[in-house]
Amino acid sequence: MDTSENRRYWIDYQKEIADDHFFYVRSCIRQSFFPGSEQFFLKMMREILGKDVYENPSHTTCTGIGYHTDIVPFETIMTVIARHFALMKEAGYSNIAISCVTSFGIYTEIIETWKHFPETLEKTRENLYKATGREFDVPENMAHTSDIVYKFRNEIASKAKYRLINRHTGKPLKVVEHIGCHYSKMFPKYGVGGAEFPKVLSGMIEAWGGEVIDYPERRHCCGFGFRQYIVQANRGYSLSNSVKKFESMKPYRPDFIITNCPGCNMFMDRWQYAMREMEGKTYGENGLAIPVLTYEEVAGLVLGINPWELGLQYHMVQSEPLLDKLGIEYDPAEKYITKDGNPIPAPENLVNIS
Amino acid sequence: MESLYDQLMKDVRFVEGLKACLNCGVCTAICPAAEFYNYDPRKILNEVQKKNDETIEALLKSETIWYCGECMSCKTRCPRGNTPGLVIMALRALSQKLGYFTESEKGRQQFAIKRTVGENIFKYGYCVATYAVKPELHPEQGPVWEFIINHSREIYERLGSKYDELGEGPMRKIPEDAREELRRIFDVTGGTSFMNLIEEHSKRKAEELGYQTGEGTNSEYFIKVYTENSGKHNQKEP
Repeated sequence: MDTSENRRYWIDYQKEIADDHFFYVRSCIRQSFFPGSEQFFLKMMREILGKDVYENPSHTTCTGIGYHTDIVPFETIMTVIARHFALMKEAGYSNIAISCVTSFGIYTEIIETWKHFPETLEKTRENLYKATGREFDVPENMAHTSDIVYKFRNEIASKAKYRLINRHTGKPLKVVEHIGCHYSKMFPKYGVGGAEFPKVLSGMIEAWGGEVIDYPERRHCCGFGFRQYIVQANRGYSLSNSVKKFESMKPYRPDFIITNCPGCNMFMDRWQYAMREMEGKTYGENGLAIPVLTYEEVAGLVLGINPWELGLQYHMVQSEPLLDKLGIEYDPAEKYITKDGNPIPAPENLVNIS
Repeated sequence: MESLYDQLMKDVRFVEGLKACLNCGVCTAICPAAEFYNYDPRKILNEVQKKNDETIEALLKSETIWYCGECMSCKTRCPRGNTPGLVIMALRALSQKLGYFTESEKGRQQFAIKRTVGENIFKYGYCVATYAVKPELHPEQGPVWEFIINHSREIYERLGSKYDELGEGPMRKIPEDAREELRRIFDVTGGTSFMNLIEEHSKRKAEELGYQTGEGTNSEYFIKVYTENSGKHNQKEP
């Protein structure tokens, strides 16, 4: 944390992020839709940055999607989270690294609730012990995994093979950064830059050579809305909010979108497909859609990792136009293969593939 | 009998979410739900503050409390530190506890959520899992999703996953003892009985409307509540 005199004004917007020894908790959505991102985070932390990250296979869902669709009571989710803290305590860790923004928001909400209503902390201890015989401590340091990548952004830049520069023009790539609402809109002090000046993704983009786009609906929700997506009858809400963002960012000609939230990433990817199918509309240049990447995928690309090992081919909007701008070489024949190299028949009608 | 307002006050989210509203309407201005639905969080806070049982009961039976997407953008902006999103969560919890949610089209959807996300939690130990996101219920996921479903094991293995097997990694199978602990947590904290209540109230409503509830997503009532849309949710009331 920078506490020098000239930075004092910004002290409320800075965040202390642990340097090493993390207890890692996965995301239901990310491991289903973007499993390559979580895997690359672990590989980068352990093998490239030399950090200790521990994963416990007994870690379950935080039940966050159930909580925010209102079928899981608050007392229940508080106890599920307490069990995760117990697993962390038992493994000898005190720094938690959370992959999901919904989970991250829930952890912040619960810790703040325990501070405002201490009786709920006592009740949670009692509930957890009764249900599982376990005891827990509140983490000393709580980071979203994008916080951790932000912390090591300059180290990643120093090892980078590629920069976020358009090799045809020599100019920085123009990037839309989209931060999940639950990262810092609820409890700004837990986010890098708070809710007003969130720096977590823009800091990465700037460190890796790109240019961040500031557009009118930059902080608007992606439109997940939990029940508003999960129930088919409500999906107009979800799609409409994403479209509002796409329409707003389009004039700035983004080369790609980077997100730190599982839902946002999936929706901004899938709704571009839906809009192409429903109305023949695309939001990128030359009739293309805008690739939507996770921060781990972007880190992996700048570090020179094979895009197909990161799992970029499992988005609906394909990334080849972006890879070409970056000058990244890739083998189309390796795109859809098994781990032993046997081909799998490619899916059809993807976006950005002629 | 305890008033509805007093019942709401037992929920810490309600206490935290409603301090003193000055009716400025900033929450409504920033709300993604207010943009596309006939929804006004300012008005809801105003109505709740009346502490009138009749007004609160009408809210608990209404469509309007189900429009919020719980993005919590309202929390950042309220100049008085209120969180309309938390008030909504408390209203939804009470509406389900009392069975009032079955009185609205949007409220009835809780049955579909319980039958999908709710049952996933117990079956798999995940809220969402690849094998539980059926392409026929999610056309917007596109052909890549159908491809992933058809080749799951090969795809996840290439990315370093222990797909549906014990051990570390994405899409690992959650061990039975961990799922059992999750079940016990739900039992001890009222999570199980809450989901049973959703099921019971929904069955009563389904029977009244002449639909069978079946098992899982294989049910007439599931399809009804999952797909039904009057098309009037963005229209101003007369």
